[in-house]
Amino acid sequence: MNDDIRALARARWRVAIGLSAAVFALYFGFIFAVAFAKEAIAAQVVPGVSLGIVIGALVIVGAWITTWIYVVWANRHFDTGLKAINEKTHG
Amino acid sequence: MNTTVPATSLGEPNFTAIAFFLVFIAATLGITYWAARKTKTTEEYFAAGRSISGRQNGFALAGDYMSAASFLGIAGLVSLSGFDGLIYSTGWLVGWPVVLFLIAEPLRNLGKYTFADVVSFRLKQTPVRVAAAIGTLAVVTLYLIAQMVGAGNLIKLMFGISYEAAVVSVGIVMLAYVLFGGMIATTWVQIVKAVLLLGGAALLCFLTLAQFSFNPAVLFSKAAEMYGTEVLAPGKQVANPWDAISLGLALMFGTAGLPHILMRFYTVPDAKAARQSVFWATGLIGVFYLMTFVLGFGAMVLVGREAIMAVDKGGNMAAPLLAEVLGGTGLLGFIAAVAFATILAVVAGLTLSGAAALSHDLWVSVYRKGDAPHEEQLMVARLATVVLGIVAIVLGIVFQGQNVAFMVGLAFAVAASGNFPALVLSIFWRGFTTGGAVTSIVTGTVASLVLIAISPTIMIDLMGGQSAIFPLKNPAIVTIPLGFATGILVSLLAPEAKASAAFDAKERRMITGAE
Repeated sequence: MNDDIRALARARWRVAIGLSAAVFALYFGFIFAVAFAKEAIAAQVVPGVSLGIVIGALVIVGAWITTWIYVVWANRHFDTGLKAINEKTHG
Repeated sequence: MNTTVPATSLGEPNFTAIAFFLVFIAATLGITYWAARKTKTTEEYFAAGRSISGRQNGFALAGDYMSAASFLGIAGLVSLSGFDGLIYSTGWLVGWPVVLFLIAEPLRNLGKYTFADVVSFRLKQTPVRVAAAIGTLAVVTLYLIAQMVGAGNLIKLMFGISYEAAVVSVGIVMLAYVLFGGMIATTWVQIVKAVLLLGGAALLCFLTLAQFSFNPAVLFSKAAEMYGTEVLAPGKQVANPWDAISLGLALMFGTAGLPHILMRFYTVPDAKAARQSVFWATGLIGVFYLMTFVLGFGAMVLVGREAIMAVDKGGNMAAPLLAEVLGGTGLLGFIAAVAFATILAVVAGLTLSGAAALSHDLWVSVYRKGDAPHEEQLMVARLATVVLGIVAIVLGIVFQGQNVAFMVGLAFAVAASGNFPALVLSIFWRGFTTGGAVTSIVTGTVASLVLIAISPTIMIDLMGGQSAIFPLKNPAIVTIPLGFATGILVSLLAPEAKASAAFDAKERRMITGAE
C-alpha cells in the first residue's frame, strides 16, 4: 500500500519536474535572447512582427501546452493510480 | 497649452463611469448580502465552505491576479516602449504552470486556510507559523501599498474626486465585501471582475483591430512607421541583461509564493478541482496578456505617445484613453468602472489572506495552540479583517505621491525568495526541518528587503543618489538561491528525526487527500 503511494508520488514528481524544466527553459531561452541577442530578436519575420514578438507569443502558447499536458497526464494516469490505491484500501 | 494634444474628458466627472460604477457596487453588495447569509463558520469565511468549482475558481484566480497594475500598467508600458511590455506579461504567465506542477494539488490536500498549514505540517507549529506569517504579511503589505496608491491615483484621475476620498472609499467598499461575505463574496466579486475585465479588453481589442483589417502585423507596422522599429525590439527596460534575468526569476517563482493566490486553492472541494482551476486560470490570463499587448500598440498608434504622457507620465492611462478614442466617453466610462472593480477585487483577496495569517496562524495556532472555540475563531478572523482594512487605508494615504510601481516587483521578490523555497522543500523533501523552514523564510524575506533598500531603485531613483551598493533592481537572482541554500544547509546540519519519520504519513495525505 505504502509502496503504491510512494511509486505514484515519484511518478508525479518526475512529470512535475520535467514540465517545470521545460517551461523554465522556454521562458529563460526568451529572456536570455532578449538580454544578450538584441539584434537577432529585433529582426522582423514579416513586416511589423519581430522575432521577439513571435518568441514571446510562443512562450504564452508553451505555457498553455505544458499545463494541458500535465492535466491530461494527471487525469489519465495519476487519477487511475489513485483510484486503484483507494480500491485496495477500502475494498 | 499644447495644441497637438487631443482633448480628453478624463478627470472630469463622467456620467457613464459613475452609472456603471454604481451598478457594479449594487450588484456586488447584493452578492455580499447573499454570501453573508451563507457565512457562518470559519471554513466558510476563509474557504467558501470548499464549495467553489474548478472552473469558477479558475475565473476567481484570474480575477485575483489580473490587477490594475497588469491591465493599465502593461498596456501603458507597451504604449510607451513597445516590445518590453512582453517581458513582464510572459513572466507573469509562466508562474502559473509552476503553481500547477509543484504547488496546487499538494497544497489543497495538506492545508486548511494558509500556506503555513503546509510548511508546518510535520514540523514544530509555533516557530514555522510565526515565520510564515511574517512572510505572508510582508508580501500582503507591499502588494496592498501598490494597489491602494494605484487606486487613489487612478480614481482621482478618472472620476475627479480627491485622492484621500478615493482611498477611503476603496477601503470601505472592500471591507464590506470581506467582513460580511468572507471568501464567498470575495470569490464572486473576483469572478464578476474577471468577466468584466476580459470582456472589456476583448471589446477594445476588437475595435482596435477593426481599424487594421484584423491583422496585428498591420498595427505593429504602423507603430514602427510612426515611432521607429525600436518599438518592436528590446529597449531600455533590459539595458542591463542581468536585471532582466533577475526580474524574470522573481516573476516566474513569485506567483507560487503569493499568499492570496495560494489561499484560493482551499476553496475547491479536492485536488482534482485545484488542478482544473489552474488550467482555466492559465488560459484566461494568457489571453488577457496577449490582448493587453495589442491594446498597448493600439494606444501608441491611435492615441499617440505625447497624448498618453500628457495625462500620466508613466503611461497608466493608455487603455482608458484608447477606449475614449474608440468609443467616446461611454466606453471610457465603462473601462474606468472596470478598472475600479479590478482594484476592489484584488484588495479584497489580499486583505482576506492577511487576515487568515493573523487569525488562523498567529491567534488560533500559535497563541491558542490550535484549540479555540469556533465562535472565537470567526470573531478573531473578522477583527483581523477590520485591522487590515484600516492598515490598507492608512498605508494608502501615507504613501500618497510616492512612486510605488517597484513595490509589486518587490512583493514578487519576497514571495519567490521567502515563501516559495520553504513551500517546495516542505512538500518534496523528507529531510526538511523546523530550523530549515524558519531560517529559509526569514533569510529570503529579509535579504530581499535589504537588497531592495540598497538597490538602484531606492538609492538612485527614489533618494536621488549617484550610485547604489547593490547593482540590480530586482534581488531575486541572489535571494531565491539564498532561500533554498539556507533551508537545505540548516536542515542538513541539524536533522529532525521526528519530522523525517512523519514524512510517509504526509506523503500519503498529499497523494490521496485522506486524513
